[in-house]
Formats: sequence, structure tokens, C-alpha cells
Amino acid sequence: MAGNIKKKFSGGLGQLTIPVIAIALLVIFNLIRDPSFFSVGLSHNNDGNIVLAGNLISIINGASELAVLAMGMTLVTAACGGQDISVGAAAAIAGSVFVKVLKTSPDISGGKVLLAFICACIVAMLFGTFNGTLVAVFKIQPMIATLILYTCGRSIAYWINGGATPTISSPIISAIGSFIPGIPIPTPVLIVVAMAIVFKLVFKFTSLELLTQSVGINGSAARLNGINSTFIKLLSFIILGVCVAVSGSIGVSRLGLINHETLLLDIEMDTILAVAIGGNNLGGGKFKISGSIIGAYVIQMLTITLYAMKVSSTDVKAYKAIVIILLVVIGSPVVKEKFGKFVSKLLDNRSKASLKGAQ
Amino acid sequence: MNKKTGLKREPLTDAQLLMSITIVIFILMYLAAMAFLQGGFLHPQQIFDMLNDNASLIIVSCGLTIVMIGAGIDISVGAVTSLVVMSCVLYLNGGGNIFGSILLALGIGLAFGVVHGFLISYLEIQPFIVTLAGMFFARGMTTILSVNPQKVEHEGFAALRDVKIEINALGYTAKNGNFVPARMELGVVVALLCVVVIFILLKYVRLGRNIYAIGGNQQSALMLGINVKRTRFISYVISGLLSGISGYVFMMHTGAGNATNAAGMEMNAIASSIIGGTLLTGGVGNVLGTFFGTMTLTTIKKIVVSSGLNDPWWQSITTGGMLCFFILLQSVVLNKRSKSKK
Repeated sequence: MAGNIKKKFSGGLGQLTIPVIAIALLVIFNLIRDPSFFSVGLSHNNDGNIVLAGNLISIINGASELAVLAMGMTLVTAACGGQDISVGAAAAIAGSVFVKVLKTSPDISGGKVLLAFICACIVAMLFGTFNGTLVAVFKIQPMIATLILYTCGRSIAYWINGGATPTISSPIISAIGSFIPGIPIPTPVLIVVAMAIVFKLVFKFTSLELLTQSVGINGSAARLNGINSTFIKLLSFIILGVCVAVSGSIGVSRLGLINHETLLLDIEMDTILAVAIGGNNLGGGKFKISGSIIGAYVIQMLTITLYAMKVSSTDVKAYKAIVIILLVVIGSPVVKEKFGKFVSKLLDNRSKASLKGAQ
Repeated sequence: MNKKTGLKREPLTDAQLLMSITIVIFILMYLAAMAFLQGGFLHPQQIFDMLNDNASLIIVSCGLTIVMIGAGIDISVGAVTSLVVMSCVLYLNGGGNIFGSILLALGIGLAFGVVHGFLISYLEIQPFIVTLAGMFFARGMTTILSVNPQKVEHEGFAALRDVKIEINALGYTAKNGNFVPARMELGVVVALLCVVVIFILLKYVRLGRNIYAIGGNQQSALMLGINVKRTRFISYVISGLLSGISGYVFMMHTGAGNATNAAGMEMNAIASSIIGGTLLTGGVGNVLGTFFGTMTLTTIKKIVVSSGLNDPWWQSITTGGMLCFFILLQSVVLNKRSKSKK
């Protein structure tokens, strides 16, 4: 019993400890506050489709862009030991390209949406390559390298739009942004699931996960073992580029317009936060994409909980900050160690010798 | 000059090299602007305008430089500045006096610095996350205090705000025949004072040398008997304090509080430090370089505006391009140097 609890505190759940605890705390808090918070019902939306509705659905739906970006960001973090702070700006560019291609002619067909998405993907991957080249080839720290695109990305999007905020309306776009007729689950959620499956398959059938981790833990050792660390870092940025295009397109489809200033505003900070809450070391190395995805939902659940408590959208940040600090303090190695010692002392006075092993 | 500090010789010279590159480029750029764009660039007032507009940015960049030399990052500076402005404005309008408002500004800055420093150095949480939370908290608190813009109506403060230092020697005669002396705000004096104090702190005081040491190599700093945790803690406290000062200077410049004040200032401050030759990896940097970094950044924006590229996107696209140029230049220069040393 004692050993079991000790193990839990010293990483029985591994790096998923913090996100799982966080989500559990939020669920318990909400259940105490208002038991009907998690009720999910069926309702008719404006198009007359039967769809799922409720806070839980809006949490899972609202976190889609964040979750997609967090997946890519986890890879970049793991391989390069730094974060890409330009994802919001790059998503604005990708969204602008998406709209620009759709706007070339008035009728919007499925094939054209696909073409627009591919164009957005290519552009986002190009920008990813730009960031990746700076990081991998020129050995610049990721945060500084991506500061360039962070500074000018939204202006480039503005330039692509020609100084306007064009709108698009089409049943296909609204199907991507909200619901496909006949399916009660929001489409962005399905896209997240699809992306997660793709990542899982890639990790299962290629050695990308192992290579990324070894590059992140010790780049020069990885190179000496014959791993092309430059390519792995570049690849992580290109994969993030795909994620950026996906989330940019979701964001545009959700609103039916592209606004370069507000599309996925400040999402880079939330994304990095999701990665950190997911228990990934921001210094690179071992990573778990599942942790980051849970981290994204933690952030969204926190936001929706605050909204449900009638906190205004501009004030949410202050409360969010307090919760973030609490979470990271709980997850801090020093606090963990102290707390672990405390718990062990209570449970077993004799096994002092083994405490040092418990991290 | 470097012989005495043989151990830290290498990072210092790197910093000096990067700084001199920045200064040379700044001077060349300014001369080019004087030659081709003329207009305002010919008057010394242009430089004073740049200083007046950016006094608070210079101050936060100094703080950020210290933190970055210690291999950390503080992205809360802009938000803290904004919070300080808002709370001081409300305090002054609520009947407070000037002395109290200065204490309030310093107190808020110090409080943020202490909390950040404690969480980062003693609880070993990643600086990015802690200061990100600090940023969220400060921005949120600003809007909780007031969503609407607030103007200072305190008379004593208005008098303080309007104090301008006039330098007759650098003035010029305007087209209508009136003589206009060069005008400088009080905030600029504060900013320049901060630069000098921090320059001395980093160069001649043990604390400053310790910050270089922990940024260069934490492990060897520990072996040398430096109290790494305390040094790191103090570096964040200084940065917080400077954000407080910056907030006050910002308020002296604008005279009003607004929830969107100093938006994006943290990234501008990081960019200034980088252009000035500070490396995010730590151990390399110079606060004079940071000062010139801020000036370079501002000059680019001024040049874009005066050369007639009026579309709203050009300013930040050029800034991004310039940043790219500096970052690449630094990377290439440093790589070359480290190769030639081997």
C-alpha cells in the first residue's frame, strides 16, 4: 500500500500524472459547483440537424484547434528543446491562403475545399521549413527563430487578404466548422481524432518517436549514432506546419471569415501551456502526445468553467494564471520531492533509506 | 580589459562583437536615412523623439537582458507595465499623491519579480511557464481594474508629466522662424540612468558577474561556489522592479491607462535584446547593446513610415525581415568564431 502510493507520486502514471490530476480536479470542482455542468443533450441546430449539445461538447469542440497545434508543438519541443511561438501567426497565414483559394471563383465544391486546404498546407509547411531551417541549420534557438514570423506573420496574412477580412459562406465550410448533416458529433472533434490516429500510426510504423527523443535528449550523441538530427528537427517543424494548416482551416471554417488579427489569437501561449501541462519537458527529450492533448482539454475546460462562473472573457486570463501556477507548483520537482517525503514519512517511518530513490 | 577576468573572457568578447555590429549597423542605417530620406532625420529632435517614445521599452529591455544573460526569460514585462500604468492612474485619480504612486509602481513590479523569482529558482519551474502565467495574471488584472481607458486627472502629476528638458544647443529654427529647442522627457533620463546603472551592475559588481556565470554554465557556477538559486532569484526581482519603473515612465509618457497598453512590448523587448547581441542561451549579452537594439528597431520603423510604405502591414514585415537579418548574422558570426577557435 505504502509502496503503491509512493510509486504513484514518484511517477507511477509517468508524465501523465499532472494532466490527469488537473482534469480530475476540474471535474470534481464542477460536479460540486453544479452537477448539471456535464449533462449532454441532443438538440436541433439552425440547419435542423440533431446534434449533441452541452458544456462537455463545447469543451471538446472548442479545444480542437489547440489540440491539433499541441500535437505538432510536442514534436517540435521534443526534438529542438524549444517552442514555436509563431503558430498563431502562421495559422492566420494558412487561413488567409485557404480563403484566398476558395475566393478565386464564386462556387465552392468539395474538390475546391480540398485544393484550398492543400494550398494552405503547402504554405504553412513552407513557413515551417523556414523556421526549421533557422533552428536546425543555423542553430538558432527556436523561440528566437520563430520570433521573426511571430512579428510579421499576421501582417503577411493581412497582406494576402489585401487589407480586408473576407467572408466565405458555403454548406461545405459550415460542415467543416460545425456539424456534418446526420452526424451529431462536431466535425472539428472528428478531425482531432483523425489527426491523433495519424500520429499514432506514424509512431507505430516508423521510428520517428524514438529518433525525435534521441535528438532531443542529446543531439550530438544522436548524430554520432547516425541519426540525421538536422533533418529530424526540420521534419518536426514541417509536421507542425501541417498541424498549423489544419487548425487554421478549422478556425476559418468555424467563423466563416478570416480575420488576421483575431484568428487563433494568443494560441501560441496556450499551445505551449498545453504541452507543459501534458508533463512534457520544455527542454526537449521524452514526450507524450497524449499528455499534450489532455493538456489542451484541461485549458479549455478551465476556460469554459470560468465562463460558466460568469467571469467575463477579458478577466479569464487572471484566474487562468492562478490555476496554471497552482498546477505547475504541484508538478514542480521540488514540491513533488518534499510532498513525497512527507507522505512517505506518514506512511512508513522506517524506510527512510529508500526515500532518496523516490525522486 | 579582459585580462583580469580570464575565465569569462570568451563570452564577453562575443557580446562585445555582437554589440559593435549592432552599433555600426545602427549608425549606418541612420546615416543612410539622413542621406536619402532627409526630412525629420536631419534634426536631432528625431533621436529625442525616438527616445521619448521608447523610454519604457528601453527600461524593460534592460531587465530582460539581465534575465536572458542568466539563461532565463521573462515574458510578463509588457503586461506588468500595463498593470502598473492602470493601477497608478486609478490610484492618482482616487486621490493618491505622486510619492505613493511611485511606491505603488515599484511595489507591483517588485511583487511580480519576487513571485517569479521564487517559483523559478527555488521551485525549479520553467521560466517560460511562470512568466507566461504572470503575463496572463497581469493582463487579466488590468481588465479587472478597468476595461475602459482612464486618463490621469491629478494636477501634480500633469505638471510632472509636462516637464521637458530643453536643450537649446540641439534645437533648430522652424520654417516659420520660431526657434524650437530639442525636447526630452523626464522618462528618458530615468531610462538612460537605468541603462548606466545596469551596465555598471553587470560589469563591475559581483552580482552581475555571477549572473553571467550562471547563464554561461550553471554547473560550473555552482562548483565555483556561486549561490545559483539566489542569483537567479535576484535577476528576476531586478527585471520585475524595472517593469515597475517602466510602467511609471510609460504613464508619464501617455498620461492615461488602457487595457491594451504596452501590447506586444515583451516581444519588442526580446527583439531589442537579441538585436543588441544577447543570446537566449545565456552568458552572452550587454546592456549597452540592448539600448542600441531598441534604437535600431525604432529607426527601422521610422524609416518604413517616412519612405512612404503606408500600407499597415509593411512596418511589421520589415521589422520581421530586419530581425531575421540580425539573427542570421549573429548565428553566422558566432559559428565562424567558434570554428576558428578550434
